Amino acid sequence: MKILVCIKQVPQKDAPLRLNPEGTWIRDDVSWETNEPDAYALEEALRQKEKHGGEVAVITAGPARSQQVLREALAKGADRAIHLEDDRFAQMDAANTARALAAAIEGENFDLIVTGLQSDDFGAAQTGVLLAEILGIPHATIIIGIEKTDSGLKLKRELEAGHYQHIEMTMPAVLTIQSGINKLRYASLIGIKQAKMKPMRKVAWAEVEGKLSKNVQRIEKLYVPGSQKKTRKIEGPAGEAAKQVVEYLKNEARVL
Amino acid sequence: MADLILVVAEQREGKLNRVSFETIAAAQLIAKETGWAVEVVLPGSGVAALAQELAAKAVGKVYALEAEALAAYTSDAYVYALKAFISEKQPKLVLFPHTYQVRDFAPRLALALDRTLISDATGYKYENGSLRFTRQMFQGKFAADVSFGGDAPWMATVQIGAFRADHSGDQTASGAAAVENVTAAVANTPARVTPHEVFQEAKQTVDLSQAEVIVAVGRGIKEQKNMPLAENLAAALGGEVAASRPICDNGWLPLERQIGSSGQTVAPKLYIALGVSGAIQHIVGMKGARTIVAINKDPEAPIFEIADVAVVGDLFQVVPALTEEVKKSRG
Repeated sequence: MKILVCIKQVPQKDAPLRLNPEGTWIRDDVSWETNEPDAYALEEALRQKEKHGGEVAVITAGPARSQQVLREALAKGADRAIHLEDDRFAQMDAANTARALAAAIEGENFDLIVTGLQSDDFGAAQTGVLLAEILGIPHATIIIGIEKTDSGLKLKRELEAGHYQHIEMTMPAVLTIQSGINKLRYASLIGIKQAKMKPMRKVAWAEVEGKLSKNVQRIEKLYVPGSQKKTRKIEGPAGEAAKQVVEYLKNEARVL
Repeated sequence: MADLILVVAEQREGKLNRVSFETIAAAQLIAKETGWAVEVVLPGSGVAALAQELAAKAVGKVYALEAEALAAYTSDAYVYALKAFISEKQPKLVLFPHTYQVRDFAPRLALALDRTLISDATGYKYENGSLRFTRQMFQGKFAADVSFGGDAPWMATVQIGAFRADHSGDQTASGAAAVENVTAAVANTPARVTPHEVFQEAKQTVDLSQAEVIVAVGRGIKEQKNMPLAENLAAALGGEVAASRPICDNGWLPLERQIGSSGQTVAPKLYIALGVSGAIQHIVGMKGARTIVAINKDPEAPIFEIADVAVVGDLFQVVPALTEEVKKSRG
């Protein structure tokens, strides 16, 4: 199978985020990492290749720093990378991101395209689905099991509240992957070494610009949400804090 | 373009879900400010009775959009049928409940209509004739006001629990709307997706929805060997242990103890969150808890926004101390 994994670089989970002066986006000076659901998508692609043979390519769209997530994927075992490299790729709406990805892989004919079910930054959960629409191929979301069959794919979809559903689907297809579908591997030392030799194709803004439309979603304002409750804040030494919590639970919440 | 808000309601196996009613409530609130009408469409097969149930709400009209191809959900059939329906009705705004099913088809439907979808809205603002939706970003650390750059129909999905469905006041007001049966458009191309039955994995051995006290663990617990911290606190309180998704993905607790959109929804008297950051997917499963205590070292953790008590500190020190205090207090 010829598989493409779409990966996004997002701020590290524990990174303290600060707003830019305009209050429209975060400041760029944070630590970055691979979007976690995308890491599960990559792992699944590598496992499918190990079972059925073929190739795993990885793609991302973002500034120079985002090359790091491609390097990591190559170190884990991906065969080659495609980097849509430009600062302008970072804040596009999901449809334009999908258009840019589609333009960059024109003529490639992947059997399977996988990506995480959503990103930890925007969290729109749309790019994978929109990529399928642009490519004119079927898709399925929140996938927690993939089995290749003679005629296509047998998939396990997660539904709400502990329910699941099996579906069968023709290939080529786009799947968005749920975290926990597999156990992630670490890159080996030899993998990290080999990654440096693997092909990395750069795609410039000008090469895909003609396929993009105007962004039809605009972030007018980004802000820290206010507390939805009257929250009592407790700080200080653990013993003191514990006493205050128990007092609250006893005397005010009356749950003890 | 009609001055109309169209709500796409969802049913599964003969039942309407609660968030469909919440989405109607959101539409009614927006309608009050804009003066637009509210109508509801329910796609499916044999859904006339469910459409009647929706018609009991204060809405203008309910459409039962029916075809055999819509009996079992597939994104292809839903996109095809709704694309035709929306193109014909030309509403200003289309609202969907933010369910797994909607996540699966609505982005594609929006693009097929050459429109855009703002997903997972928690609120809206209508100012000077322009509609914005509020949604969470960066795992709930920030909220964003998002506007539409293109033409109507504008489309958005509504987060579970963001609007109250059975509130008193006029958005609850019930009515008696007409139900119109509409034959859905069906593609005459071979199906690319074959859906099978919906199932549950194993019989649940614990019903967290009945628990009065829940101690939930998040990534902040760091290692499996630290899990007894939570177990001891839960035991001292006579409660159950639960977790956010990553903990169950790691296999540190069984999946049936996962709280959130893909797991259980709970509303205990007391919910203590240990090292849970408060991503939306977790919050939707527990924000109905009566008292929420959150312990987290990050003073900006989103969980604190819904907490009654926010303990900013190291859980590895606070939790053992808390367990001791609870034991003392309960004698």
